[in-house]
Amino acid sequence: MKKNFFWRVSLILSATVLSILFFLPSTSLRSSMPEWLKDYGLILGLDLQGGVHLVYEVDGDKAAEITAERIAGSLTNIFKEKGVDAKAELLNLEITVKPGGDKVENVINESYPNLELVTKTEGMISYKLSDKEIKSIKDLSADQALETIRNRIDAFGVSEPTIMRQGASEIVVQLPGVKDANRAIELVGKTAVLEFKLLDEENPLALELPGSIEADKEAELLAQYAGRIPEGDEILFEKVSDDLGNTIKRVYLVKKQAQMTGDFLTEARVNIDQRGNQPYVGIEFNSTGAEIFKQITTNNVKKRLAIILDNNVYSAPSINEPIPNGSAQITGSYTMEEAKDLVIVLRSGSLPAPLKMLQNVTVGPSLGKDSIDAGIKAGLIGALLVIIFMIVYYKLSGLIADFALVLNIVFLIGVLSVFKATLTMPGIAGIILAIGMAVDSNVLMFERMRDELRLGKTPRSAIDSGYDKAFWTIFDSHVTTLITAVVLFQFGTGPIKGFAVTLGWGVLINLFTALVGTKTVFDLITSKYDIKRLSI
Amino acid sequence: MELVKNTKIDFMGKRFIALTFSAILIVLGLVAAVQVARGSANLGIDLAGGTSVQIKFNTQVVLHEVRKALEEGGIKDFDLQELPTERKILIRVKKTGEKVGELSGKIITVLSQKFSNSNIVVDSTTEIGPKVGSKLRGDALWAVMAAMLGILIYITFRFQFRFSVGATVATLHDVLAILGIFYLIGKEINLLLISALLIIAGYSLTDTVVVFDRIRENMKDRFKKHTFEIVNDSINEVLSRTIVTSLTVFLTAVALFIFGGEVIHDFAFAIMLGVIVGTFSSIFVASPVVVMLGKDKAFSNKK
Repeated sequence: MKKNFFWRVSLILSATVLSILFFLPSTSLRSSMPEWLKDYGLILGLDLQGGVHLVYEVDGDKAAEITAERIAGSLTNIFKEKGVDAKAELLNLEITVKPGGDKVENVINESYPNLELVTKTEGMISYKLSDKEIKSIKDLSADQALETIRNRIDAFGVSEPTIMRQGASEIVVQLPGVKDANRAIELVGKTAVLEFKLLDEENPLALELPGSIEADKEAELLAQYAGRIPEGDEILFEKVSDDLGNTIKRVYLVKKQAQMTGDFLTEARVNIDQRGNQPYVGIEFNSTGAEIFKQITTNNVKKRLAIILDNNVYSAPSINEPIPNGSAQITGSYTMEEAKDLVIVLRSGSLPAPLKMLQNVTVGPSLGKDSIDAGIKAGLIGALLVIIFMIVYYKLSGLIADFALVLNIVFLIGVLSVFKATLTMPGIAGIILAIGMAVDSNVLMFERMRDELRLGKTPRSAIDSGYDKAFWTIFDSHVTTLITAVVLFQFGTGPIKGFAVTLGWGVLINLFTALVGTKTVFDLITSKYDIKRLSI
Repeated sequence: MELVKNTKIDFMGKRFIALTFSAILIVLGLVAAVQVARGSANLGIDLAGGTSVQIKFNTQVVLHEVRKALEEGGIKDFDLQELPTERKILIRVKKTGEKVGELSGKIITVLSQKFSNSNIVVDSTTEIGPKVGSKLRGDALWAVMAAMLGILIYITFRFQFRFSVGATVATLHDVLAILGIFYLIGKEINLLLISALLIIAGYSLTDTVVVFDRIRENMKDRFKKHTFEIVNDSINEVLSRTIVTSLTVFLTAVALFIFGGEVIHDFAFAIMLGVIVGTFSSIFVASPVVVMLGKDKAFSNKK
């Protein structure tokens, strides 16, 4: 008995010390903690801390389409190389080759053995990506998007961001403490497909188009010229500020086919032009890219080349002379911040497919802080009321119950810190329920002890049989609650999960503190002193 | 100190009055649940999808000026809610269509232009696509159903099947009652309320299990007695514990209600109601269901 007693006390003490230790990194003492400990601690959820919570869906169908398009493009080149007279293009998600024939079929089987044959006639043959292939493209594009977003966020500079996949195609991005939410959202969502396209200035339509329009008249203009845009051309816009500082859009007629894409980019950085404050972005290509760029600029001197990111023209300079060294400039009317963000997306590469935003929850830092302050205050007042009530109602025994209550909270924070759990509003709700159950356990035992004392038992045996009789009730009520918590954790999402985590741990910890914690204190007292009357 | 001593209240005798009252609550709750499932209750943005923006003004603004500014800015079908003491206004637009990410910016731009002298602060913006809203609703529902099934199995295993029916009915009763009351008084049904409902379910379940435990204990000693008596005695015996526990939980909820701030105000309110209904149901719903499901003395069947 004595030995057992020693172990119980040391268990409680060491658990307390460890709980506090692992919680410390989430306080202001963090900087003076050893490195290994800094990994732990309680993290406040966005609803409490402020920040941005975004859920994106990667457009996997678009990624598959892009892949198919690329295959069609490269097939056309392969045919040319091999001297086969055929052309491949993407039609309704099918790679259609005209004309067909054995030669064509052989080339395709050799280059892309995974393509599935759809229809075959003499004049035409068409293939599609297999379902398995599409599934893996979708999967891969989600992985790639995740990686790209992570690079961008890292470059943007957010401390402790969470970027993870959820389900097949969703990506969750959590940026705690971010103040400029819109900038972050724009940065993440940029597909960042960089293209260089020539302007079609010889077409009569180019002369007819207005030089610029009001910012929100894009759709109107496109509707006006619908059907008259020459095949192989498209109308794109550049956002600029006019002399009065209003935003307007310049209108360009450009050739659809890109001369070059951003794939060959090796470096991008913000520069400031010599005359003054206007920032521009300098980019550099690798050797292959430099070679292509040199050819483009040599063949198109005096023409204008549009630099296009995600279908928006950034600038459309005239090519004055061939550029051999593989560097170019993207000028445009943007601020220093915008230039920096442009550099971030160029450096981190393009997304494999567009992202669709499913959810955007932004909590301002002030609201988060208000909620915590109010929550802590209310929690403390509530806890204090309970503590006082227990002492008034159960006297010294109530004090012991209060000790268990405090122990409970300390352990719970410790466990959550060890697992680096994120504490959210629903999580706090779970803690509240767990604490309610902790009080209940003690009330159950105390009521039993009172019953026993009424029957005339000694304090010592009243305590023992009080515990024994209350045990199964406490056990049953806790196990049912634990089952609820586990099931909710398994099947619930987001907030429900947060609730389940704190509740589940709370219940487990409470079983320990109620059955071991307070019992130890009672045992300590009854073994030291010969108690005649129990203060309950 | 003791609040209740040796009570001998005939709880089971009053079961029909109580069950009538419960039936009303359940019907109300079922109506609310159907409305929630249909998406036509006063659902929060997090469950229905849509956009909400909460803005804090540095100077007092009049609600209809905000309304006018938004209408002039081309924003349609919005709801305005005012928290006058904190100079905050909540703007909600439900079901903004497929595209997430534009409306909140538009609202903020319109208001910061119109009230440029008031230096507005954006407290929070929430934009949720309709797909996410209905997915969250579905997930929450399935999670709760699965949890109920888990409880049913455990209590059948520990007690008897009819006890588990009693516990499940009582727990559902409480969740439905609070949902119904919130629906009736037009409060918003959102994820935070769902957290509160889960707390209420947990509390109510504990309360019920405590009563059941005493019934089981008593039926071992006194199985020759009439079922009603065993149940009445058991409830009376644990009444002191029931009241003390309810009181402590209620105290905490009141503290949250008064001092917890706007975010948890409704949450705390739900818990307060839940404690009352949960205590009521463990006495007047759970046990009567158990008794009605079996014949007299049938308690002695097991152990």
